Amino acid sequence: MALEIRLKQAYKNFQLDMDLTTGISRLGILGASGAGKSMTLKMLAGIMTPREGRVVYQDRVLLDTERKINVKPQKRKVGYMFQNYALFPSMTVEENIGAGIPKKKVGREETIREMVDRFRLKGLEKQRPPELSGGQQQRVAMARILASAPDMILLDEPFSALDVHLRDQMQRELLNQLQDYPGTVLMVSHSRDEIYRFSEEIIIMDQGRVISQGSKKAVFARPATRTAAAMTGCKNFSAVTRLDDHLIRAESWGIEIATEGRVPGDVRFIGYRAHQFIPVWGEAEGNCIPFVLDRKDQLPFEENYYIRPNRSDYQPEDVISWFVQRDLWPLISEKGLPDYLKIMEKDILYFPE
Amino acid sequence: MMETLTDILKSLDWSPLFISLKTGLVATLLCFIFGILTAGWVMGRKSGVRAVVDSILTLPMVLPPTASGFFLLLLFSKRRPLGMYMYDHFDIKVVQSWAGCVIAAFVISFPLMYRNARAAFEQVDINLIYAGRTLGMSDWKIFCKVVYPAARPGIASGTVLTFSRAIGEYGATSMLAGNIPGKTATISQRIAMVIQNGDYITAGIWVVIVMIIAFVIMLLMNLLAGRSGRSKVQW
Repeated sequence: MALEIRLKQAYKNFQLDMDLTTGISRLGILGASGAGKSMTLKMLAGIMTPREGRVVYQDRVLLDTERKINVKPQKRKVGYMFQNYALFPSMTVEENIGAGIPKKKVGREETIREMVDRFRLKGLEKQRPPELSGGQQQRVAMARILASAPDMILLDEPFSALDVHLRDQMQRELLNQLQDYPGTVLMVSHSRDEIYRFSEEIIIMDQGRVISQGSKKAVFARPATRTAAAMTGCKNFSAVTRLDDHLIRAESWGIEIATEGRVPGDVRFIGYRAHQFIPVWGEAEGNCIPFVLDRKDQLPFEENYYIRPNRSDYQPEDVISWFVQRDLWPLISEKGLPDYLKIMEKDILYFPE
Repeated sequence: MMETLTDILKSLDWSPLFISLKTGLVATLLCFIFGILTAGWVMGRKSGVRAVVDSILTLPMVLPPTASGFFLLLLFSKRRPLGMYMYDHFDIKVVQSWAGCVIAAFVISFPLMYRNARAAFEQVDINLIYAGRTLGMSDWKIFCKVVYPAARPGIASGTVLTFSRAIGEYGATSMLAGNIPGKTATISQRIAMVIQNGDYITAGIWVVIVMIIAFVIMLLMNLLAGRSGRSKVQW
C-alpha cells in the first residue's frame, strides 16, 4: 500500500510543499480551510498538475515531473469523491453509476445492479440526482466510484454538504462500505471527529505543509506544534517562561506550574485541553487557576465555561475554556461553581514555538 | 385604402420571407455546430490564448456589418484564392448568390452563438468535468454527455438569439450576396428597397411580418427560460 507524495507549487499568496510517505491504507488529512488539502487530492488524482512533484502508488509512478511522467486522470485509477458529489445531473442514477465502467466491459450491467443493491438505491435507478436527498446523492457518488474499480479512493470533505443529523449515519455507512476495500483511502476534512473516526494514520496540514504525521492516537495525544494541537481541538494556549527544570510560569494565564517530570528545555508555549481541567472546591491545591467566570455557554450535552486569567491585563484570546460534560453537572449544581481549576501535569502539551 | 392593401397583399412577392427563413435556419445550424465546438475548444485553452481567440471571434459583433461584408468580399471574390478554389472545385459561387446570404448571416451571428455557448459552459460546475476524468471518461464523452446537457438552457437561448440575428442581417448580406429578387433578396433588403421606391405600404406589411417573427422568437425564448426554472424567480 506504499504511497509516496511529493508536490511543490507556488502561488502568489500560497505555497504548497507536500512531502509524505506512508504505508497505511486509511489516511486522514486534517487542516483548516486553505491549508492545501483539496489541492493535494486534486494533484493525486491528476486533475491539477504541480510545478514539481512525484507521486508513486504501489510501485506505479503516477507523476514524476523530473522524468516528464504525468499519467492522465483517466488512466490513474484514482476515485474522487467531491464535496458536492459532482453527480451528472443529466444522467439517471443507473447511468451515473455506470459512467465509470467502459461500455463494452463484460458484467457492466451486473456491476451496476450490484451497486444499486449494495447502496440501497433500489427503486431510484431511473431518478436523476437533483431529485435525490443528500444522503442518497452521496450513496450514488460512492457507488459510482466503487463501480469504476479504482486503485485508490480520495474523499474530499465528503460529509460537509450533509445535514448534521445525517452526517453521523453517513459516516458509519461509508466506513462500512469501505471496510473491504483493499486500496488506500485518503480522506480530507477540517473536522477532527470525522478524521479520528475514519483514519488509522493522521496527517495535519498547515499552509501547504505537513506539520504532523503519525497514528491517530499519537497525533492527538502529542501534537507537535501549536497549530497541530489547535486542529486536534486543543483550546487553551499560553506563552511560558521556564523558571527551572520543574517550574514554569504560564504568562498568559498568570500562574506558575510546578512539575515532577523535567520540563523540556526549549519550551516556549504550553497547551491544555478544555476537557481536562479538574474542578477544585475550597482550598487551593498546586497548579490551580482561580475560578473567575467570564461567560458561560449552555450546549445540549456540554457546558462551556470561560474563565478569566489570573492577571488584570489579559487579552480576549487568553480567556481559558473549560468544557464540562453532562456527568459532572450534578456535582456542580450541588456544590456550586468550583473555586479553582487544577491543571494536571500529564495533560500539559509542550511546544517549542 | 383597404382595397389597395388587399391588392398589394395578393400581388406581394413572398419570396423574401422564404429566403430569410431558409438563410436564417441554415446559418443558425452552422453557428450552432461551430459555435459550440469552438466555445468548447476555447474553454480548454489557457487564458492568454483564450483572450486572443475570443477577441477575433467576437470581432464581427462589434464591427459595422458593412466592414465584415468588405472582408467577406475580399475573401470570396472569384478573383481571390478562396473564392476561386470554391468555384473551381465545388462549383460554389458565393458573391451575388444565396450561399453569400448564408455566409454573411453566419459570420455576423456567429459571435452571438459562440459567446452564449461559452457563458453557458462557464456556468457548468468544473467538478463535473473533473469527476468524469477521474472516472475514466474521455474528454469528448464528457463534453457530449455531461457538459453539453448541463449547458443546454443557455445554449438554447443563444440559438434563438442567433437565429433572430441571422434572419435580420442586412449590411454584410447586401454587400456579399446583393439584392437579387427571388434569389438573395431577404426581408431586410426588401424593406430597404421598397422604401427607397417610396412604397410605404409594402414596407409596412414586411415590418408587420418581421414583428410577428420577432415576437414568436422572444416568446420561444421566454418559454425555454421558463422550463429551465430560472424565470420562476419573482422579486
